[in-house]
Amino acid sequence: MMPRQYKPSLVPVAFILTLVVLVATLFTGQQVAQGMTGIWQLLTGEASPYQSIVVWQWRASRALGALIIGAGLGVSGAVFQSLVRNPLGSPDITGFNVGAFTGVLLSIAWFGNVYWMSVLGAILGGLCAALLVYLFAYRDGHSGFRLIIVGIAISATLTAFNQWLSLSVSLETAMTAALWSAGSLNGMTWSRILPAAILLILLMCVALAMNSRMKLLEMGDDTAAALGVSVNKSRLALMFVGVSLTAVATAITGPIAFISLAAPQIARRLENNASISLTASALVGAMLLLAADFLAQHAWQGITLPVGLVTISLGGLYLVYLIVREGRL
Amino acid sequence: MSLNSSTLLAAESVTLSYDQTIIAKDLSVQIPEGKFSVIVGPNGCGKSTLLRAMSRLLVPESGKVLLNGRNIHEQTTKDVAKQLGLLPQSAIAPDGIKVMDLVSRGRFPHQKWFQPWREEDQNAVDAAMAATHITDFAQHHVDQLSGGQRQRVWVAMALAQQTPVLLLDEPTTYLDIAHQMELLDLFQDLNQKNGHTMVAVLHDLNHACRYADNLIAMKDGHIVATGKPNEIVTEDLIESVFGLPCLIIEDPISGTPLVIPKSRQC
Repeated sequence: MMPRQYKPSLVPVAFILTLVVLVATLFTGQQVAQGMTGIWQLLTGEASPYQSIVVWQWRASRALGALIIGAGLGVSGAVFQSLVRNPLGSPDITGFNVGAFTGVLLSIAWFGNVYWMSVLGAILGGLCAALLVYLFAYRDGHSGFRLIIVGIAISATLTAFNQWLSLSVSLETAMTAALWSAGSLNGMTWSRILPAAILLILLMCVALAMNSRMKLLEMGDDTAAALGVSVNKSRLALMFVGVSLTAVATAITGPIAFISLAAPQIARRLENNASISLTASALVGAMLLLAADFLAQHAWQGITLPVGLVTISLGGLYLVYLIVREGRL
Repeated sequence: MSLNSSTLLAAESVTLSYDQTIIAKDLSVQIPEGKFSVIVGPNGCGKSTLLRAMSRLLVPESGKVLLNGRNIHEQTTKDVAKQLGLLPQSAIAPDGIKVMDLVSRGRFPHQKWFQPWREEDQNAVDAAMAATHITDFAQHHVDQLSGGQRQRVWVAMALAQQTPVLLLDEPTTYLDIAHQMELLDLFQDLNQKNGHTMVAVLHDLNHACRYADNLIAMKDGHIVATGKPNEIVTEDLIESVFGLPCLIIEDPISGTPLVIPKSRQC
C-alpha cells in the first residue's frame, strides 16, 4: 500500500533460488528420476507407481511442509522484530518456541502422543511463555530491550524445566520427546502437514492484513495512535499471531532455531528496504528451511539429520558473521 | 475570553493524571478555530499532558475533551485521526526509511483494509511535501537529513493526514535558531494560508508571543491566562508563571511583547 521504491530488489532472485532448491529436493536421490526424462515422466504421471509415491507422496509433502513452516517462522520473526524494534527480538531468542516445547512435553506426558493435543499444547505453551515474558518485562510500559533480556532468561528457565520434565517422565515418553525436540521434518505426510499448513496460511494472512498497522507501531506508540492505530489492540493481535505461528510450527516439527531470527534481516537486505517486509520474510524463511532440510537429507551419505541441527549450525555461522561484521565497523 | 470564534477542540473540566499522580485538576480550555494557539509554561506544568489529552492519547480521570462537539473518547482512533493531526515528541523514524514513504504513512486514517494506494493519497502526500518544502528530497533517507529537514518531514506526515486541527508537542526542541524560525514560519503559513487550527507547545516565550494568535499560559496544571499575547503578557504574569523577574518591551519587528529576563547580577 506504500508507494514502491525504485531500487532493484533481489527478492526475485530469492524466489528463483527457492524454486531451484525445490526441484533439487523433489528429484535428488538414488533410483528416482534419473535424468531429464525421468523428471518429465514424473511430471506427466508416466513414471512407475513406486517413483510417484516417493516423489509426490513422501518428498512433495515434506517440501511443502518445509516451505510453509519456514514461511511461518519468517513471518513470526518479522512480526516480533518489528514490535520489539530490535533484530534480536525474535521468538527463538525470547523463548516462545521453548515454551511451545514445554506445552508439547506436558501434552505428551498427560495425553500421550496425540497430534492435535500436541499442537494445542504448543500454542498454549507458546502463549504462556509470551505472557510470562510480557508480565516480567513490564515496568511503566515495555522497552524492547527489556523484553529480549527477560525473554532470554525465561527461555533458559524453560529449557531447564523441559530437561527436568524429560528426565521425570516414562522412558517411552522421553524418547518421543527427545526425537521431537531435535526439530525434524521426518514423517511429514500429507495428512499430517495439511491441517497445520492451512492454519499457518490463515495466520500469515492475518499478519499480512495487519502489516500497515505494524509498520506504524514501529514509529512509536504516540505516533501510531495519532495516525489512527488502536495501539494496544493491534499490538496484542500481532503478538498473538506471532506466537501462534511459532507455536504451530514448533508443534509439527519441534523447535527450529535461526529461521525467525535471520529471515527478516536477510529479507531486509535483499529488498534494499528499510522496514521489515512480511512477504519477503516469508519467502526467505521458506527458502532457508527448504535449503536446510535439503542439506539435512543429503549432506551426509546415508544419514538424514534433523533439520533443526542444520538450522542451528547455520544460525551459529550467521551469528559469527554478524559479530565479525560489527567488529569491522 | 475575548475570542468569539467557534471551537473545534475544547477540554471541559478535565482531571489528568499519570500513574495516580494528578497533573491537572478541573482544567478547561477552548481552542479557537482557525487560530494559532501556543501553550507555554514551566517544565512539568502539564502542557504536554494537556496536549496528549486533547489528542486522545490520555484518558482523563474525569471531565471530557470535545472534538467537533463530540467526546473524543467516544470516537474511534481512526475517526479522530481524520480530524486531528499530532506531532508527538517521541516519533521514531524507522531505520533507512525514505522521506516519501514516511510522509505516505500519514494517509493511514483515510485508508480502508486492503484498499490500494489511490491518486488522492498521492496528491495529499505531494501537497504535504510541497507545503513543507521537502519535495526535492522525497527519495532521500530520513536519517541523512538535518534536524530541521527531518522535523519538516514529520510535519509533512501530519499534513498528509489532511486534518483541520494540528497539535505540535515542542516541535522546535533541539533545532538551531534559524531552523526554529523556519519551522515557526511554516506553521504560520499553514495556519494563515491553509486555515489549519494549530496548537503548539513552545518553550521560547518570545517565539510564542510573536507567532501566537492565542497564548495559553499554564502553571501547576492550571491555566493562568489565555488571550492575545499583547493583551495578557505582563511582567507580573511571567513572574508568577515562571518565577522569573523580567522586563517586557515591544518587539521592534513584530510589535508583540518581548520578554527580557533579569539575571541576578543585572
